Amino acid sequence: MIDTQTSRRSFLKAGATASGGLLMAVTLPGTLGQAMAAGTVHTPNAWVHIADDNTITILSAHSEMGQGVHTSMPMLVAEELNVDMNQIRVVDAPPGAAYVNALLGAQITGGSTSVRGSWEKLRVAGAQVREMLISAAAAHWGVDREVVKANKGMLTGPKGQKGTYGEFAELASRMPVPEKPAIKDPKDFRIVGKRTKRVDTPAKTNGTAEFGIDVKLPGMVYATVQQCPVIGGKVKSFDAAQAKGMPGVQAVVQISDGVAVVADSWWRAKKAMETVKVQWDEGAGATLSDAGIIEGTRQAAKNGKVIEITKPQGDVAAALKGAAKVIEAEYVSPMQSHSPLEPMNFTAHVQGNKVLLVGPTQFQQGAQGAVAGALGVKPEDITLKTTFLGGGFGRRLELDFVVQAAEISKAVGKPVKLLWTREEDMVHDYYRPAGVNQLKASLDGSGMPVALHFKVASQSVTQRAFGLPKDTLDPFMAEAAVTGYNIPNTQHDLVIHDSGMRVGYWRAVSHSMNAFANESFVDELAKAAGQDPYAYRMKMLAGKPRFANVLKLAAEKAGWGKPLPAGRARGIALMEGYDSYLAEVAEVSLNKDGSVKVHKVTVAADVGQMVNPDTVEAQLQSSIIFGMGAVLKHQITMANGRVQETNYNVYEPVRMYEAPQIDIVLVKSTEKPGGIGEPGTAVAAPAIANAVAALTGKRVRRLPITADAIRQA
Amino acid sequence: MSVNFQVNGKPAQANAETDTPLLWVLRDELGMTGTKFGCGAALCGACTVHVNGEAVRSCQTPLSTVAGKKVATVEGLSKNNTHPLQVAWIKHDVPQCGYCQSGQLMSAAALLAKNTNPSDADIDNAMSGNICRCGTYPRIRAAIKDAAATMLKA
Repeated sequence: MIDTQTSRRSFLKAGATASGGLLMAVTLPGTLGQAMAAGTVHTPNAWVHIADDNTITILSAHSEMGQGVHTSMPMLVAEELNVDMNQIRVVDAPPGAAYVNALLGAQITGGSTSVRGSWEKLRVAGAQVREMLISAAAAHWGVDREVVKANKGMLTGPKGQKGTYGEFAELASRMPVPEKPAIKDPKDFRIVGKRTKRVDTPAKTNGTAEFGIDVKLPGMVYATVQQCPVIGGKVKSFDAAQAKGMPGVQAVVQISDGVAVVADSWWRAKKAMETVKVQWDEGAGATLSDAGIIEGTRQAAKNGKVIEITKPQGDVAAALKGAAKVIEAEYVSPMQSHSPLEPMNFTAHVQGNKVLLVGPTQFQQGAQGAVAGALGVKPEDITLKTTFLGGGFGRRLELDFVVQAAEISKAVGKPVKLLWTREEDMVHDYYRPAGVNQLKASLDGSGMPVALHFKVASQSVTQRAFGLPKDTLDPFMAEAAVTGYNIPNTQHDLVIHDSGMRVGYWRAVSHSMNAFANESFVDELAKAAGQDPYAYRMKMLAGKPRFANVLKLAAEKAGWGKPLPAGRARGIALMEGYDSYLAEVAEVSLNKDGSVKVHKVTVAADVGQMVNPDTVEAQLQSSIIFGMGAVLKHQITMANGRVQETNYNVYEPVRMYEAPQIDIVLVKSTEKPGGIGEPGTAVAAPAIANAVAALTGKRVRRLPITADAIRQA
Repeated sequence: MSVNFQVNGKPAQANAETDTPLLWVLRDELGMTGTKFGCGAALCGACTVHVNGEAVRSCQTPLSTVAGKKVATVEGLSKNNTHPLQVAWIKHDVPQCGYCQSGQLMSAAALLAKNTNPSDADIDNAMSGNICRCGTYPRIRAAIKDAAATMLKA
């Protein structure tokens, strides 16, 4: 275990491992508190394990859920450790203070922070180990450090001395830790910034990659759960008489969230569960409906207590009053489900006060803490191993299923693999909250905006998940609220409305609703001004080179302004999010049934310096296609507190035949790295909405943009 | 009562109730976890395997229906990633989270077994039953074309 106090100092811990190698925890100066406050990266974190046989293992503090961190994190270490990517292996780090993500203040994989938070600290960590290996070899050979080279896992001296990193690992662990080892100038990078094959691909093409659902422990039994159809409801009573007599069934147990059936195979548990009849106390959630939630949010936007997102510029009220032309519009984003393809699951083995947890999570320390609280054990008595995640998108930041697995294991005294059905998964999500954005602008005689009033009302995930005090700004509701456009008078307001829904962070979080509103609205202003949407945006970007550059590159690549076949149109949108700048152009037509066909999305992205450009491209493809589903197809609705969408037939992600051509322009940059897992999702919505408006003349201001929505617009 | 069939060319025997879906027989009884559970309703394709060469959703295939038949799973493409589709998948770094990819590969293998030079429309038809929540579709499409070209040359 990492000791929080000592790990904040610069030092190196070493201890013999089972394989006889050395585990070296490299830490950096700076305190967690300072790092959090400043949003900088100087937190203790990196681990390098060098075995006697020179196997070099790099621990990833971030979970691999498709975004490529099991490759990008080691690339940063390997660059400075002077080893090739084929010389290292990567494993997930255990829970520990050393692995706290300084940008989020907890051991979390999310918020497109992995590369941003690791860019410097993992390179420094790799360099520290390199320097210590050099010191060790120099001491052993009795030569100056300056004449020892460390390259590709080998240390070499001036007279032909040679040794592997593994041979010097133990001695290196006793060497002083250089506080500020030299790290490379980016122009000298051999690995970082180069297209690099993912280390996890081979295991994902032959069935050997281990996801949570694949975990097997000796003596393990299988469980499934039934939870109240109204989220938050509790068990009043249940009848499991029939289930208990079914083949393979070992137990039917009540847990905090419902009833679990435990059997010697998952299918037998599931079959038995179908016979379990539960009486529920449905609780306060039983009155919720999606229409009520959205209307409540709309009323909050009109009348609720306003929190300033940023200091107002100029005098919006005065500018609106004296304006020649005032435009107003309201945009509505419905609830969404994460629905990663691997249903929620976790494996737990509770033995007295000791707990083993194995499974897919984005929040290692949270899982440890939640189970400790639920079972009354100490967090340090909980061992957690992270598997591959079969998708996350924010759902696996939550801990409900982890606690359930532990509760069931405790009840039956055996290792238990808990697996939800898809239906349980979809109706017991932590949903992307609904949002209502109300925008108002005045235009001058030339059609350019003089004043802009932006207001968003939605629900705070951060209040629920992290106890953010009421009436304080939730930064995860205000993302992409402020745009890059130069407008003299601006006001940005937030209203936090608790709808009673159980809400969670969904890919791109509030960028998704705020960018949809802002960038749809800019198009509406351009239309009111009778101007081209691209040229109109460009006029407002003086002194904003990164915004202007991606806008221009996307427009050029997409052939903005060039003729299209009949029945097609383009839409454009622009956003900064996660320190990345993105412009997207969508090219659409209508299918015979009136639904939208997206033929092509062109995206220009300035994400600062890149670790693995191929992964940046993959994440752009991914985030656009993920976003398209919410733009065109699916939403979560509710009746009597029950989520109505239960499987992929009614909450249907984009399929192969709907996936557009995606053209990508990456900007070469020396800026600090930006995040790329999420922003593309947010920009897809307005780009497509604007294209539909250009094509049909109809502005759809409520997502998703279905055939019906277009007809009714 | 046990059911006998073949998995990846080798004899297999299962003792689960005969209405148990093949998916759970493969995963929990035979220990072959490459085939995944996604929806339990033939909507996502994560559980795709071949039965006598046809791509089927194993979550909707009762054990009783595979008696005496030949089942092929992702583990049967090749263990060392030498099948042209696996080679192409690695070349294009197709997988992200990777959870759907066993099913994607098996749908693609069934397609290429019948159609050595698939068009975009053929790929749409064969692959639209397989959901990828990560959106790896552009790379799947490219990898299938790449593998088809390799197999034509071979």
